[in-house]
Amino acid sequence: MEEQNKLLRRATVARILSGRDDMLVVTGLGSPTYDCAAVGDHPLNFYLWGAMGSAVTVGLGLALAQPKRRVLVITGDGEMLMGLGALATAGAKKPDNLAVVIVDNERYGETGMQPTHTSAGVDLAGIAQSSGFRRTATVRRVSELDDAVSLLRMAKGPVLVVLKVSSARDPLVLPPWDGALLKSRFRQALLGARAT
Amino acid sequence: MTTQTLKPAAAADDQSGLPAPAAQDWPSRIFQTLREFGVRHVTYVPDAGHARLIELCHTEADMEPTVLTTEEEGIGILAGAWLGGERGVLLMQSSGVGNCINTLSLAKVCSFPLLMIVTMRGEWGEANPWQVPMGQITADNLRLAGAVVYEVTDPELAAPTVEAAARIAFNGGLTAAVLLSQRMLGTKLFKD
Repeated sequence: MEEQNKLLRRATVARILSGRDDMLVVTGLGSPTYDCAAVGDHPLNFYLWGAMGSAVTVGLGLALAQPKRRVLVITGDGEMLMGLGALATAGAKKPDNLAVVIVDNERYGETGMQPTHTSAGVDLAGIAQSSGFRRTATVRRVSELDDAVSLLRMAKGPVLVVLKVSSARDPLVLPPWDGALLKSRFRQALLGARAT
Repeated sequence: MTTQTLKPAAAADDQSGLPAPAAQDWPSRIFQTLREFGVRHVTYVPDAGHARLIELCHTEADMEPTVLTTEEEGIGILAGAWLGGERGVLLMQSSGVGNCINTLSLAKVCSFPLLMIVTMRGEWGEANPWQVPMGQITADNLRLAGAVVYEVTDPELAAPTVEAAARIAFNGGLTAAVLLSQRMLGTKLFKD
């Protein structure tokens, strides 16, 4: 399967975040967090550095609390596989403003590139679809990206896009990992005076 | 010191070893307390002990109840809700505490307020031996994970304890767990 996966993760994530407007972004631990940091740090990025399996649930809570803002979760296949139930919970709640991107290299990138279940054909977009997500897609080619970006940015949620990316490693770009700082600056940027 | 027992273990008041039914409607009082604290997100895996409180939360139009597939999802959802400026609570049975352990690091490392109300199993007169191992280590697990733990055996003290826990959680960005004992909930006896 891997030879078909030509998307470059950094360039693809950069394209999704380009002109992000007021989008709220939650990243799953590992490479997706570095991919988002490589695009440029932003106070409305909430980076997870642990609590594996929690990216979608954090995004779901944020989407429910901020129904007028687009919430984009960017996570990896390994992180998503640890919390598959979150897709069922999000599918049942159906927040209009929640979009999920899985940057799927079919590997556990943090621990030595061991294969994940997606390398054996487990279909995360299919699971999301069956869980009640309104739209899903699996993207393997650059030519399909425009449609995917528009789905993620505009379509009524919840939506989920799997990006089948190359397993090539990129240089580490590390955002802050002080959790209290990440939380407080996010709230300050989003809520202003209400944050305190 | 992060453990507070609001009432020492009292002797059972009848020969069966089980507590008398609570005279007062403690779930309604907890519900009122949650409303006073502005709790909107009610995340839960159901438990019989929470049934009335869950029902009350579903009848309130501006509350957002969310059923979870597993308890740790609630920690993520409540963190996200707090990022978005809103408060919540996580309701579960003691068995669910075991599912939460690693995810509790999210609340701790970011100082997210996390209010949990836990109905106990495997703790007092439990009929199902499969509930006992987790029930016996629930409070210790929560303490090890950094939670402020309150154990309640008297239904009169349920709502005031939730109030105390909510204040500590929301004012201090802490994890606070209220454990409701089988001494006040009663014990499931597997009889029709």
